[in-house]
Amino acid sequence: MEENTPRITLHTTPAGSGVVLSGSWTAACLAKPVVWARIQSELGRHGRVDAASHHWDLRGLQRLDHTGAQMLWNAWGHQWPTELALLDTQRAMLTRVAQFSMPPPATTRMSAWQLFLLLGGRVLLLVDHFSGLLRLMGQLLLDAIRLLRAPGKGPWRDVSGHLYHIGATALPITALVGFLIGVVLAYLMSQQLRQFGADAFIVNILGIALIRELGPVLAAILIAGRSGSAITAQIGVMRVTEELDAMRVMGIPKGFRLVLPRAMAMAVAMPLITVWTTLAALLGGMLASDLVMGVTPAYFFAALPPAVQVSNLVLAISKSVVFGLMIALIGCHYGLRVKPNTESLGQGTTASVVTSITMVILVDALFAVVFKDIGL
Amino acid sequence: MSQPVVQIEKLWSVFHAQGVETVIHQDLDLAIEAGEMMAIVGGSGSGKTVLLRQILGLETPARGQVTVLGQPASELGNEGAASRVGMLFQHGALFSAFTVLENIAFALRELGTLPAGLVRDVAMVKLQMVGLDPAQANKMPADLSGGMVKRVALARALVMDPPLLLLDEPTAGLDPDSADAFCALLKSLHGELGLTVVMVTHDLDTLFELSTRIAVVADKRIIANGAAREVMANPHPFIHDFFLGERGQRASALLPGQPPAQLQAP
Repeated sequence: MEENTPRITLHTTPAGSGVVLSGSWTAACLAKPVVWARIQSELGRHGRVDAASHHWDLRGLQRLDHTGAQMLWNAWGHQWPTELALLDTQRAMLTRVAQFSMPPPATTRMSAWQLFLLLGGRVLLLVDHFSGLLRLMGQLLLDAIRLLRAPGKGPWRDVSGHLYHIGATALPITALVGFLIGVVLAYLMSQQLRQFGADAFIVNILGIALIRELGPVLAAILIAGRSGSAITAQIGVMRVTEELDAMRVMGIPKGFRLVLPRAMAMAVAMPLITVWTTLAALLGGMLASDLVMGVTPAYFFAALPPAVQVSNLVLAISKSVVFGLMIALIGCHYGLRVKPNTESLGQGTTASVVTSITMVILVDALFAVVFKDIGL
Repeated sequence: MSQPVVQIEKLWSVFHAQGVETVIHQDLDLAIEAGEMMAIVGGSGSGKTVLLRQILGLETPARGQVTVLGQPASELGNEGAASRVGMLFQHGALFSAFTVLENIAFALRELGTLPAGLVRDVAMVKLQMVGLDPAQANKMPADLSGGMVKRVALARALVMDPPLLLLDEPTAGLDPDSADAFCALLKSLHGELGLTVVMVTHDLDTLFELSTRIAVVADKRIIANGAAREVMANPHPFIHDFFLGERGQRASALLPGQPPAQLQAP
């Protein structure tokens, strides 16, 4: 047994029984599982039952900290034993523990009425989100008009910076994901088509699926996770560090300088990335169908234009512009709502990504229903 | 004489930034004895906070040795560190997801063996020791004022009664009233708990009120080390500007003994 292990020794003297404590009664030493179990059982035996009838000797302790003192105090049942021998510092510590020991304030439980109010709060929050987004859109429109009136005064440096960060730096990841999705789709489809001997239709399936649906949606989801969150985090950090307030004090409109450039960059970058992702996916699909089904790239190129009408391209591009604007607006919306603390920043970023991905899929479904007669 | 609590020997700190090496400390020696309240002062960028971080083992020196409580500082961050060193960070560094009580109890609860009831009792005692109202126990850090954040952070640093307490700018960002109250609290805890305290501060009032010894970092080493009056008598230009400027004159009036007028540097 180590030197500083907390110990309890019982002495029986003619005057009565005495309890002598030794070792180091500190949190670190007491918390060793073996020590804790032994001390606990011995304290239980000597402590609560007849704390008063024992003579307690603490003078032999190497160290006593507040955890040890609290443990003794609890074992004594929150009262001083009648016979107690201790050093002045130990007395001071125990006195402090005795003075301050109290149950923590109870956590209040919610009543039914408060729960009802909470529900109302949630509903109002939803309304608040919608009105906030609406206001942001209106402001964006006004800012766009302002930009058209005086294009020279636009925040063009910001736009080009965001274009680079949202667009150019996203090229590798979108290409990789697109390529792999193309390969996967071609492999899965080849199994099904072979059963009907309809191998040649792989071009139609890949063409329509990738160009019309998967390209724009994949790109939008990747960009929402990558840049939508970044937009929220950037603007949110500006709130936490009071930069937004500084801008306001200087009279610089945040809609014009923060929201507009991001929305513009997104609206430009998103279609370009969509085209890039679609191309990568088609390449993957083409290679995979060549490998699995022997559909040569030459045939693929020849069969693609008749299979996919041009209106599909137009639909995909316009869809991705809408996605881009939406992601930028949702990112800015949540960023501007961040409260000046770090927890709110984390929540805002998560909410922004989840909302923008959900909205992308929702709007995509809307497009699919509304334009079901076009290009198919 | 017993071994010093903190022993820094031949310390070199070097920073690399964009291919440029900047030497912050060069052959710096410092020993802090048990029971002292040592203040480290120095100009901005002189590496006071770096020194504090090296004592904590958060940064590794380029050369030299830092020994804390007989162990190399790099081993300080191992399990049970909270029972050896407490650190009060400049902005509190409270865990924002926890309530005040959970913040204070965190190190104890992480031990895993102590029952929740005992841990809560200890945390409640610590909460009141730093002068907070028990009703604050269930608040979140975001709802606290600056002074309260510092107090909670102090309670958290002290929860396992470490013998060594490090303070980074303990009174920065507090209003004069709270700063005075916080100084008084630190002073009384230092006396009651027999702590060794190392602090970095710019605030001359705090410096004169609390420290038993002052170490001045300048020119990449400790240029002066001693009681306030001894250090102030040093003719080094930094010390002269720091202590005998207008603010220093005003603050040093707090010092007991001779009036500051006689301390005019040569």
